[in-house]
Amino acid sequence: MDFSFTEEQSMLRDTIASYLADNYSFDQRRAALKTEAGWRPQVWKAFADELGILGASFSEAQGGLGGGTTDNMVIMEELGKALVVEPYLPTVVIGGGFLKHGKPAAADDLIGKIISGDAIFAFAHAEPQGRYTWSDLKTTAKKDGAGYVINGHKAVVIGAPYATHLIVTARTGGGQREAQGVSVFIVPKAAKGVTTRDYPTVDGFRASEVYFENVAVGADAIVGPEGQALPLVEQVIDEAIAATCAEACGVLRQLHEGTVEYARQRKQFGQPISSFQVLQHRMVDMFIQLEQSISMTYMADIKLSEPAVERAKGVSGAKVQIGKACKFVGQNAIQIHGGMGMTDEMAIGHYFKRATMIEGAFGSTDHHLARYETLSLGKAA
Amino acid sequence: MNLDFSPEDNAFREEARAFIADNYPKALREKQARGETLGKEDYLSWHRILAKKGWSAPSWPKEFGGTDWTPTQKYIWSEEQARADTIGILPFGVAMLAPVLYTFGTQEQKEKFLPDIRDGKIWWCQGYSEPGAGSDLASLKTRAERITGDDGKEYYLVNGQKTWTTLGQHADWGFFLVRTDPNSKPQSGISFLLIDMKTPGIEVRRITTLEGGHEVNDVFLDNVKVPVENRVFHENQGWTCAKALLAHERSGIAGVARSKRGLERVREMASTELSDAGGALIADPFFKRKVAELEIDLTALEFTELRTLAGESSGKGPGPESSILKIKGTEIQQRLQELALEAAGHYGAPFLGEGGHNSGVGPLHAIDTAGDYFNGRKTSIYGGSNEIQRNIIAKMVLGL
Repeated sequence: MDFSFTEEQSMLRDTIASYLADNYSFDQRRAALKTEAGWRPQVWKAFADELGILGASFSEAQGGLGGGTTDNMVIMEELGKALVVEPYLPTVVIGGGFLKHGKPAAADDLIGKIISGDAIFAFAHAEPQGRYTWSDLKTTAKKDGAGYVINGHKAVVIGAPYATHLIVTARTGGGQREAQGVSVFIVPKAAKGVTTRDYPTVDGFRASEVYFENVAVGADAIVGPEGQALPLVEQVIDEAIAATCAEACGVLRQLHEGTVEYARQRKQFGQPISSFQVLQHRMVDMFIQLEQSISMTYMADIKLSEPAVERAKGVSGAKVQIGKACKFVGQNAIQIHGGMGMTDEMAIGHYFKRATMIEGAFGSTDHHLARYETLSLGKAA
Repeated sequence: MNLDFSPEDNAFREEARAFIADNYPKALREKQARGETLGKEDYLSWHRILAKKGWSAPSWPKEFGGTDWTPTQKYIWSEEQARADTIGILPFGVAMLAPVLYTFGTQEQKEKFLPDIRDGKIWWCQGYSEPGAGSDLASLKTRAERITGDDGKEYYLVNGQKTWTTLGQHADWGFFLVRTDPNSKPQSGISFLLIDMKTPGIEVRRITTLEGGHEVNDVFLDNVKVPVENRVFHENQGWTCAKALLAHERSGIAGVARSKRGLERVREMASTELSDAGGALIADPFFKRKVAELEIDLTALEFTELRTLAGESSGKGPGPESSILKIKGTEIQQRLQELALEAAGHYGAPFLGEGGHNSGVGPLHAIDTAGDYFNGRKTSIYGGSNEIQRNIIAKMVLGL
């Protein structure tokens, strides 16, 4: 049994932490979010060139550093601590995941472009009607000669405004909610017929409603088996959830540490509010939630390489813990900060907003509890 | 023991419902539906319509313009307003300051201020909290020194900073707690002043809240001259006014009628939103249970409030039990906001900017559910945090 990180992973953590300390302060982030673009391409460039982290989780044969999901976890936790909005999750974890597991012909080329910082992905999977059932698809991809024609509307596609490529789930057959008939495509965002409605999200990201109107793609745009790609989608989403859990650990750490620090210096009734037992116990409960979340994130990471049912159970269990922790730690961080916690000028509220959005990311707490129940206890008779 | 409505009550409900239907401003309703930020005139328009009808200050004594309604009628009135999604009358003048004035004010103060409060002519704001005095309000430091002006009149010279002043950007006047005796015990050196916000030396500075809105402000006071006759009650005894005001602030804070309407809205929302299983979200066993639990908690709060109201009508003022209403009322409001955000699913995420204009992204009912949830965290902090309310119950009710 070993929960330690390799020397490379520890170095990776230190490299990112020190870069973000210099380049991603709360004020620097805030200024970037206010710009028209809403992100900093130069940070992305630095991730690629200066830090070389975009290749950390790819094999050496593909031009990476030979790491894997654990490296993603290390990176995501650091990105969470600084509330980084640059699209590591959709590009490396999700885009990279589809390329690694789906092995399309263009995989090596695109992975090379991810590592160099030239390809940026967004994951167009959710639909207005679908909630968290990933097979609930109205978007269609109809065979047209050798290629396909895609039509549909994807909801709240995080990172789409700055993406070069979209990964799109679409139906090549089957009924609206059936597992059969789900396919995955890589579509250049510049493809004819792709339009977007861009907007910021409440936690500082940019997202789009993405509309496909007779978007023609070649046969090589498909990732994974035609009509049989739901297991692939679930695998990559599970990896994305595990990475998001790691990000959440970074967010939760900051919420907890920030609150303890604030309670130590904030004085009321002639003493630091940290001396009140009711608040001490609250902060202890926040700490317990954080530790349990870290544990479940490690567990989920380990389960990612196991067979689908074990993997899914581990990931959903972790997401339930993370969801509860995000709510409890986030709400109490604001409560203990009092009025100051309600202000835009303090970082704590921004961590709370990200934590809240993580609660619903890739399925709410209830969604994952139900998924876990089914996997662990079987479907109710 | 019964909850029956008399024929008179039912007639009153009909009258109230018809009055709202006939008189609520259409433009205001449309702005609300679009989730737009309301301006000063928006807030005051409904207040003035109610004032004309004589319904803007139902709880006041009849002699100052109150309605003499029974507790049941007040309950019906708050239900009808919530049912019709009207905005509320802002609490600062009518619900918070006025009871202090008609209880502790001089005849001149009552005559000067109460009619304008009732008629919605003056916008009031509250100057209580300070950066260093939140839960520990009595430690406030804003200083008021007696001086004789060049005109030979007596003034207080006020210096300090107030914070979390809600909608202070619109205020014509404010009621302030200031320290007039720095040498006595914290509670006994405080006075209650009414200050014209146009007085030189006052600066109102925006605080942006975490969801992006402009609701609260810092108020800086730099050598602000306040005539001595604007002090309510005795010098150094302003804490008596402050406590009375806070109890009134808390008794209205339960927001039962509004929460009942909020629950109805969550149910409506969850009937059109789809669950993972493809049916209506309201049929999802997890979601349904949360709604049911919330409804039961809300019923308990409603009956607790009714018991409090019944006690008040038999002559007991709002006592420390009103802290129960504050704690449970705000917890329920926050849980409603959680449920609405959850029901919104993916469309809880879009940020639609200040003003909250309907941008056509996602369904109308999902707009700003996240903003409401974030903003709603304030309710367990303001008006005496819920931790302070528990201290009050522990000390005053349980005698611990």
